[in-house]
Amino acid sequence: MKVSYFPGCTLKNKARDLDLYARRAAEVLGVALEEIENWQCCGGVFTTANDEVATKLSSVRALKDAGEKGQPLVTVCSACHNVIKQTNHAMQTNAAFADKVNRYMGADGPYCGETEVYHYLEMLRDIVGFDKVKQAVVNSLAGKKIAAYYGCLLLRPNTVMHMDDPENPTIMEDFIRALGAEAIVYAKRNECCGGYISVECPDTARKNSEAIIRNAKAAGAEMIITACPLCKYNLVKNGADIPVVYFTELLAEALGVKEDTNGN
Amino acid sequence: METNKYLQEEIVRISGVNPRKCMRCGKCSATCPAYDEMEYHPHQFVNMVENGDIEPLLNSKSLYKCLSCFACIDRCPRSVQPAKLVEAVRLAVIRQQGANHMTANDVPAMIDEDTPQQLLVSAFRKYTK
Repeated sequence: MKVSYFPGCTLKNKARDLDLYARRAAEVLGVALEEIENWQCCGGVFTTANDEVATKLSSVRALKDAGEKGQPLVTVCSACHNVIKQTNHAMQTNAAFADKVNRYMGADGPYCGETEVYHYLEMLRDIVGFDKVKQAVVNSLAGKKIAAYYGCLLLRPNTVMHMDDPENPTIMEDFIRALGAEAIVYAKRNECCGGYISVECPDTARKNSEAIIRNAKAAGAEMIITACPLCKYNLVKNGADIPVVYFTELLAEALGVKEDTNGN
Repeated sequence: METNKYLQEEIVRISGVNPRKCMRCGKCSATCPAYDEMEYHPHQFVNMVENGDIEPLLNSKSLYKCLSCFACIDRCPRSVQPAKLVEAVRLAVIRQQGANHMTANDVPAMIDEDTPQQLLVSAFRKYTK
């Protein structure tokens, strides 16, 4: 199956692992990730004001591009996914906003939110199927105690994201179990790490991140997985003394493609 | 109390929030991960916008403490969506000439070798126009 793929700014730079392992794992699972040509940065956070148009155009362009190919749009970064999905929702539900966007975008046909948006985890669950992921595992992670850190952007706002139960999510735990590992469930897995506040008020990021790490470790976690480069940065910078890794790295390891044929 | 009717209407309009739906339960503030750093807490934003008491909010650092985590939006039992009000008030400030909360000159002091692009992109989106 072919899907359109929006990597995002950080996956081309500080979070290359998140991208690389996503690509390798998708290949094993029979999904062709076709990177959107000339994609533009999503902006990192969705602007909720409904009179903001310019800040949402990059997402609309990506959505439209995927739609013209008749493909769903897949993202790996939590932030890109959140911004693009919220923008798509605004195009579907806010006619005045969609009209402004379409007038600006010009003559090549209106876009009204027709493209389906999937996070990579949703792609694994809903398109590939966790049972098929399980069958493809060659290096079982049995015996590892792994805590999923959702953060905020994957799940909220739930009325738009619809990924999972926002207060009792299971998609990442089901992913961990599909790879053979033990999923550690803890209370703070869907609480904010501080996000971009680490430039404005580093103490807030530290306090939030420390509480998350403490909570995960107290529940028995030996490793934390995340889909968000900023979550990873905040947790690592604020004292994580257990590994914090991208979920795609874990997937590539279990599928036996963490290293390429040259051992890289 | 100074009432700024125009700004009040503008903030309600661009946020899409109806502050009169609030029933003062305080759950938004209880769940806010930046509560300790805020001068005006999410439930106060809602109440002050409802009363047209906008000036103190425009001048408050609380505008820059919101993490955009959507916790107050998801957990409000009345779907008031306080974070959208915080954002609308912040935009009312930073859309003014010369009122950006952050500039490119601030960046070198903020970053280290691991800083993800996402961090700077997000901060610029929230703090500047």
